Amino acid sequence: MLWQHRREKLIEFSIRVCGVSAVALVALIFLFLLKEGLALFRTVALTDFLGGHRWYPISEPPRFGILPLLWGSGLVTLGAVVLSVPVGIASALFVSEIATGWVKGLLKTGIELLAAIPSVVLGFIGVSVLVPAIKQLFQLPTGLTALTGSITLAFMAMPTIVSITEDALAAVPRGHREAALALGATRWQMMSRVLLPAAGSGILAAVMLGIGRVIGETMAVMMVTGNAAVIPRSLLQPIRTLTATIAAEMGETVRGSEHYAALFAIGIVLFVISFLINMLADLFLHRERA
Amino acid sequence: MASRPWERALRVQRVAFTGLFLATLIVVLATATVISIICLRGAGALSWSFLTTMPAQGMRTGGIFPAIVGTLELVGLTVSFALPMGVATAIYLTEYASDNWLTRLVRLAIVNLSGVPSVVYGLFGLGLFVIFCRFGTSLLAGSLTLAIMILPVIITASEEALRSVPKSFREVSLSLGASRWQTIRHAVLPFAIPGIMTGTILGISRAAGETAPILFTVAAFYLPRLPASVFDQAMALPYHLYVISTQIPNISSDQRYGTALTLLLLVLSLNVLAVTLRAHFRRKRQW
Repeated sequence: MLWQHRREKLIEFSIRVCGVSAVALVALIFLFLLKEGLALFRTVALTDFLGGHRWYPISEPPRFGILPLLWGSGLVTLGAVVLSVPVGIASALFVSEIATGWVKGLLKTGIELLAAIPSVVLGFIGVSVLVPAIKQLFQLPTGLTALTGSITLAFMAMPTIVSITEDALAAVPRGHREAALALGATRWQMMSRVLLPAAGSGILAAVMLGIGRVIGETMAVMMVTGNAAVIPRSLLQPIRTLTATIAAEMGETVRGSEHYAALFAIGIVLFVISFLINMLADLFLHRERA
Repeated sequence: MASRPWERALRVQRVAFTGLFLATLIVVLATATVISIICLRGAGALSWSFLTTMPAQGMRTGGIFPAIVGTLELVGLTVSFALPMGVATAIYLTEYASDNWLTRLVRLAIVNLSGVPSVVYGLFGLGLFVIFCRFGTSLLAGSLTLAIMILPVIITASEEALRSVPKSFREVSLSLGASRWQTIRHAVLPFAIPGIMTGTILGISRAAGETAPILFTVAAFYLPRLPASVFDQAMALPYHLYVISTQIPNISSDQRYGTALTLLLLVLSLNVLAVTLRAHFRRKRQW
């Protein structure tokens, strides 16, 4: 009896440890990024890192300005958001409010499948199909452009946006819908003037999480955007993102070198951005529930 | 003749609904196009020998056997790390945690873990497992990295599964004199297993397809043999696809599409399995 009691205490103890370990993991991730990345700022000023126009990590002397990378990530993300947010919200409305029966099932499965396709496979299709198409369509020297990245990423953000918007729409009380319809509104008037505003903060969260997904995407964006670390002037130009820089260059760095630390410092920037976005999204989600 | 307001409203509705339908069609058609291009062009490349032989001539010919084995081993190890920890965390959140600041902090941490970019997990795995723990570039380092990445998926699914077990199950068990852990072990957990399985399979599928976290922690560019132990490097399907589609010029598109199809089939069949399981157990559920 005593032995069993002790065993149970042990199990419960380990469950509690696992429970709080998620917090420890987040802290550990941040800690290790700091540990490896902060070394950069012994030789490079923070303002030169965040505001520098040149990313020449292997020239002599090296330059570690991530402004072109921030611009690259920003531009691709902006393009992807402009493409995916309207389409994503429209799809969510159609799937949750209009489609019924097997059509609804089919559409939902289609969107779930899109979420399941690995990013490297989408990148591969981007390289083999989309890149030549963009090149030909706009008569460009190369099809590896910010636009190509935005289109690819738009599809990757779509499942996130659709499913969270669907949840937000489902959370709107039935009474809202019935009241609007009873007052003589058409179904579209009900959707556009009652449903969407009522689900507003949930949809905002969906958009935030979609943005988070896009900024953090690595493989597909690295494969289709051409990886030129220059401040872009248009969407039809090769760019390079924060994530792609880490993935492309880490293999060639020497452990402990300035370049190595600089890539971890980019990791810190990405971690902070995704942290803020997720906090914000979580805030919107909870405001809706309250 | 001026149309009546409700006629106009209905016309607007027709236009709007068509727009919504077209938007949905774009998403679904794009998905179908991607999958069918890979299936059509990859089917010709897929053969028994492609799946079971070593790559040759700098990966330009031969098969993808080591990449398949590497991915399977990686995924197996990942699950064996992530599943116990994920389920334990979910049990903590549903059965033990009270609504206090610590629980809120845990939830916030899980939300953040699910939002961390995959390449940042790669950096973390490199810093902690490869260098600090001295595991080197290895299956062990890679699978631990992937395990942390899929942890939120498993926690969220398990928590939902545990919460869907009715409160009365716990009350009956406790009233019969069972201890708290006995109640969880015998009256709650068995009924949550289908949901936990679904979440786990989705986590596996995610781990199998990810490239960025394994770039610096496990992946070998070209290793025409099988990994000897968990401390060995390994090839993996997603990384192999990345390598042959961007790093190696003049490779036949059969190699590329064949690899893409293999990876896609692996990942999609896992997803279909998860969805089928979920539907099956929902039908069978008796409460």
